[in-house]
Amino acid sequence: MDYAAIFLIQVAYAIASLALISVGLAVIYGMMRVINFAHGEFLMLGGYAVILPVQAGVNIWIAMLVIAPVTVGAFGVVVERLVIRPLYGRVIDTVLATWGLSLLLIGLASAVLGYYQEGSKPPLGSVQIGAYRESGYTFFVIAVTLAIMAALYLGLKRTRFGLLARGTMQNPAMAAGLGVDTGRIYAATFGLGAALSGLAGGILAPISGVVPVIGATYIAKAFITVISGGATVLAGTASAAAMLGAVNQVVTFLATPVVGEVALLAAAIILLRLLPAGITGRLFRGGV
Amino acid sequence: MKRAADRIGIAAIAILGLGALIGVPHVVELFTLVDVAVYCILAILALSLAFVWGFGGILSFGQSAFFGLGGYAYALAVINMGESTVPILLGAIVPMLFAALLGYFMIYGRISDVYLAVITLTVSLIFYHLINSTAGPEYAIGRARLGGHNGIPGLPPINIPGNAAAQLDYAGTFRLSLGALLLVYFGLRALIASRFGRALVAIRENELRAELLGYDSRRYKLIAFVIGGGIAGFAGVLFASWGSFIGPGVFGIAFAAQIIIWILVGGLGTLAGAVLGTVLIQYLTTWLGQSKSVAALIGLAKIDTSLVLGAVLILFVLLVPSGVIPTLRKLWLGRRGASA
Amino acid sequence: MSAPILETRGLTKRFGGVPAVDGVDFKLGEGELRCLIGPNGAGKSTFFKMITGQLAPTAGTVLFRGADVTGEERHRLARHGIGIKTQVPSLFDGLDVRESLHLAARRFHGASDARRIVDAILAETHLDAVAGRKVGELAHGQRQWVELGMVLAREPLLLLLDEPTAGMTPDETRRTAALIARLRQRRAMIVVEHDMHFVRMIAEAVTVFHQGRILMEAPIGEVLRDARVREVYLGAHKDRHA
Repeated sequence: MDYAAIFLIQVAYAIASLALISVGLAVIYGMMRVINFAHGEFLMLGGYAVILPVQAGVNIWIAMLVIAPVTVGAFGVVVERLVIRPLYGRVIDTVLATWGLSLLLIGLASAVLGYYQEGSKPPLGSVQIGAYRESGYTFFVIAVTLAIMAALYLGLKRTRFGLLARGTMQNPAMAAGLGVDTGRIYAATFGLGAALSGLAGGILAPISGVVPVIGATYIAKAFITVISGGATVLAGTASAAAMLGAVNQVVTFLATPVVGEVALLAAAIILLRLLPAGITGRLFRGGV
Repeated sequence: MKRAADRIGIAAIAILGLGALIGVPHVVELFTLVDVAVYCILAILALSLAFVWGFGGILSFGQSAFFGLGGYAYALAVINMGESTVPILLGAIVPMLFAALLGYFMIYGRISDVYLAVITLTVSLIFYHLINSTAGPEYAIGRARLGGHNGIPGLPPINIPGNAAAQLDYAGTFRLSLGALLLVYFGLRALIASRFGRALVAIRENELRAELLGYDSRRYKLIAFVIGGGIAGFAGVLFASWGSFIGPGVFGIAFAAQIIIWILVGGLGTLAGAVLGTVLIQYLTTWLGQSKSVAALIGLAKIDTSLVLGAVLILFVLLVPSGVIPTLRKLWLGRRGASA
Repeated sequence: MSAPILETRGLTKRFGGVPAVDGVDFKLGEGELRCLIGPNGAGKSTFFKMITGQLAPTAGTVLFRGADVTGEERHRLARHGIGIKTQVPSLFDGLDVRESLHLAARRFHGASDARRIVDAILAETHLDAVAGRKVGELAHGQRQWVELGMVLAREPLLLLLDEPTAGMTPDETRRTAALIARLRQRRAMIVVEHDMHFVRMIAEAVTVFHQGRILMEAPIGEVLRDARVREVYLGAHKDRHA
């Protein structure tokens, strides 16, 4: 019984962490049709934006929930202006340029920040469930992911920015004709995606530690989740994360984490054979 | 006129290539010979992507997966068999089978080109994680241990088919690598000029029209993808035997990016560009990696390869998107047009 | 009429419940030329897309020489002998005219036959002068002919043409009409067309679409005199040929 509870918590955690590492990528892809290959490095920067201030004596929660998203979000706005905007509409070139950015950031981080930064000990102690112990941080990750998804839903659906952003992505010419500053909307959207990636990287940093190449450990899973989800930001990320996270965790339980990852990829490829536009390409057309 | 220029170019490459094949081992130092051999091997890998992407229009961003798979298939087989002929074949066949399976799901699913790019890259990254997790002694195939992140060292050199004792020396390895490069280059040229190649280019130009004319675009693309996988795998075989080592790094994201950069720098849609781009970038990263003065100039102890590659990639996409060879060709034609 | 070369039975397409084409039964005889006309939104383009494999029907079947080809893959339609020209010219902009035609001819013919076919088409479509030019560099009317030439190079049994004169000058339109008149002696043809002037140049029999159904099928003269047609068709295009 306790074992079953632990198993379910682990599945929920797998799903939540998958959604968490993917949501920033999903916002940028879903809204702008830009696949950000530097996504993994945005997560890496978020991690450094937590670890370095904490080493300097800043409270970990402030570093994680404020400094990480703000820093990486601001960085995203700059990237949008310098790299993304000149290439807007050239999908492949954008992919390549962000891939270049990814390498550049890895190189810079290696040169400037050093090759290894110790992960700080996850806060929040542990929780006793029958004969087993589960880290309190697990519950925090699940809760914070739910909160992010809920906030994003309300933000895109109910706020003026959400409406302007969705309108601009649907028809930029029309939005510009109505007096919307589409350049600012693009910058803000990319910044939002980057901030979410920074937040995710910050939240995961205490568990995984931060190294310049840590992005590569996240990027494969994030790509698969976003592509399987399709172009609809929230419904896509949530449904793909739920399905792939469950597959991953169940197989991990039966075999090893790496085999779980292989199963996740295999499930995604088979899914794309059946639904080439992703889960939401067929099921949730036109939602957020 | 263009045809005539092409013919002169082909003849020049063939003569230079054959000359180098015979002459170079006699005139250069051993160290250089070993270096040039690996340039040739990586250029074969670049050609595989130049064909698949530039002529088939398939964005295989994880061409490294087939390269690595070829290298690993060869390494595992050659350790168990001791003789290299069958392992070389396996090193091409295994990646081809894998490309057929993966390509079937992607191409017959008609997923978009960006999705295909991401999936192929992801596949390579998953191989990276997978191989890295096989450090323990329980991960062995026959006598060969997979070795996890340490890779598989101590691979025997390639031998003359049927005679395991007649192993290639450095000059022999160089000749094999350059010979293979020439063979792949001219083979791909012939393929592109063939009926199959023309149909493939037409499909890249306009898939709908090609299908309305009766060409089954998915079949053509899948065949191109499998051929590209086989060539990449063969390059992986040569790479593994060249260094007598194969490790999971060949599946990593930095290596995958490098292949793309070779193609972009040389120019997408040309075969010669792929070879040129490979040599330029390999030379640049090696030189910058060793150059203390350039590093000191920008305030770093040493220049990270990622830094160079990232900067090159961004600069080319933003400033020279068509690559070196097409840009030079345009400048050359433009000048001649102006003077005429 | 002999056995039909193309037939549809109850062909239907709904977009979100709204029928764009509603249970159309249609027959085209061997060697027959038929124009499909109708005001915008009448369903003729949707109908055309369903018989050319570009849209999957919601219900109904398409028969080509008695065989069911509903929802058939595009390259298989070509193999059956159906040649299709799309509304927006679909071309190989990076290839030259001769290469494009050769590619089309070579799919189903040997190398020497293909060369002969390409030369004949170059002459027939007046494209010999631009045979070595890249298709992407040609004027709009010439691009239409390149596409028509590629479709003909297959030597199809049935030609399906979607607005073959769109964007052409009056002179080019006349030459296209003459070309179609020559072609129709050898094969069956369906032409979707907006331009009534062009329809009068080429057509004997016309099928009029209205609100997703066939309003009438009759010789062109009769159609033009028909009161209902004048109302639905010409009523929607008061500026044209009133």
